[in-house]
Amino acid sequence: MGAKKVFVTVGTTKFDKLIEEVSKDEVLEVLHSLGYTFVQFQVGTGDSNERKHPKIHIKYDRYFENFAQEIESSDLIISHAGAGTCLEVLKQHKPLIVVINEDLMDNHQIELAQQLAKDGYLQCCTPRTLKDTLLERKFLQFKQYPNPDPRLFSRYLDKCMGFEIK
Amino acid sequence: MEDQLKIELAILIAVLILARILYLVHKITTGFSREASSKRVTPCRTVICIGSGGHTTEMLTLMASLDFAKYSPRYYIMAKTDTTSYAKVRKFEETKNHSNYEIIEIPRSRVVGQSYITSIFTTLYSILYSVPLVCKIRPDLILCNGPGTCIPICLISFLLKAAFISDTRIVFIESFCRTETFSLSGKILMYFADNFLVQWPSLKQKLKRAEYIGQLM
Repeated sequence: MGAKKVFVTVGTTKFDKLIEEVSKDEVLEVLHSLGYTFVQFQVGTGDSNERKHPKIHIKYDRYFENFAQEIESSDLIISHAGAGTCLEVLKQHKPLIVVINEDLMDNHQIELAQQLAKDGYLQCCTPRTLKDTLLERKFLQFKQYPNPDPRLFSRYLDKCMGFEIK
Repeated sequence: MEDQLKIELAILIAVLILARILYLVHKITTGFSREASSKRVTPCRTVICIGSGGHTTEMLTLMASLDFAKYSPRYYIMAKTDTTSYAKVRKFEETKNHSNYEIIEIPRSRVVGQSYITSIFTTLYSILYSVPLVCKIRPDLILCNGPGTCIPICLISFLLKAAFISDTRIVFIESFCRTETFSLSGKILMYFADNFLVQWPSLKQKLKRAEYIGQLM
């Protein structure tokens, strides 16, 4: 099966606290104890003090051209609260931990992450509680996100515009 | 005496316009304009307001199952310099294999980090730029889901509707990100959009006229 991979992604801006937190020895140790052997960072515009770990293979990249594929090849995603990322991961039915950036003012994306966590599709935490969230292992038991009915909106719009509905 | 007559006429017209606008807002906010009053067989000229990043993806997801023969031609309006959205729309239209569309770029009303004083002028400029555009297209339908660029376009077409020049239906879809609070565009378009869709039941509870039709994303 190869290495079990963790994908840490911060989106198009930066979230250095998340990168720092996952790079800590104690967190990497926890990841290793959970069976993960490869951590892929996507750091955006942030700094990456590239570091090494004896048991875990670590890789850094700024962006990924094919984001969906990167998620597909991962076994756990640790992400910022971006709506696009959340949806992509949920649609692929992968375990997801969303880490909230407390330094952002008026970050309405938190709303979405918390709602999705309440519904049981993912786990939500802050950089400080990430280690405990990993240790709890609750992120492995998540509800599968249902696929939407793609015709829902077009039927609605046809009705609004007065088109005949077949 | 001539002058006084002119003033009185002007006042009368202003009152009539105001009454018409209030009537439309009342009709919209009470949900009486949710569905077309007559059957339609001709395709509708559609304006799609494209924002940035996530908004664009959401809009294209919503549009994926539309019958493009009914919604044609399509005018995608987006801010200049938004190359990512431009590429996304191009790719989307290619997969649909319909060529009856146009991408129109308008000046940005505000760049991230721009000061408020200068953004007043750039906003005014982008509004003035939108007026001839909307008058020329005279859309039957405007689809928008958040970005600030949609506000001038919606307001101008609303005024055209109030003046009986065009009959435009405005459909606003609040972003999937909004579960508890409305976006600024949502707060404004509450009064002007004929259809106001939300993607979470919790948001529907906050606004009676909003509609929740199920999971869209």
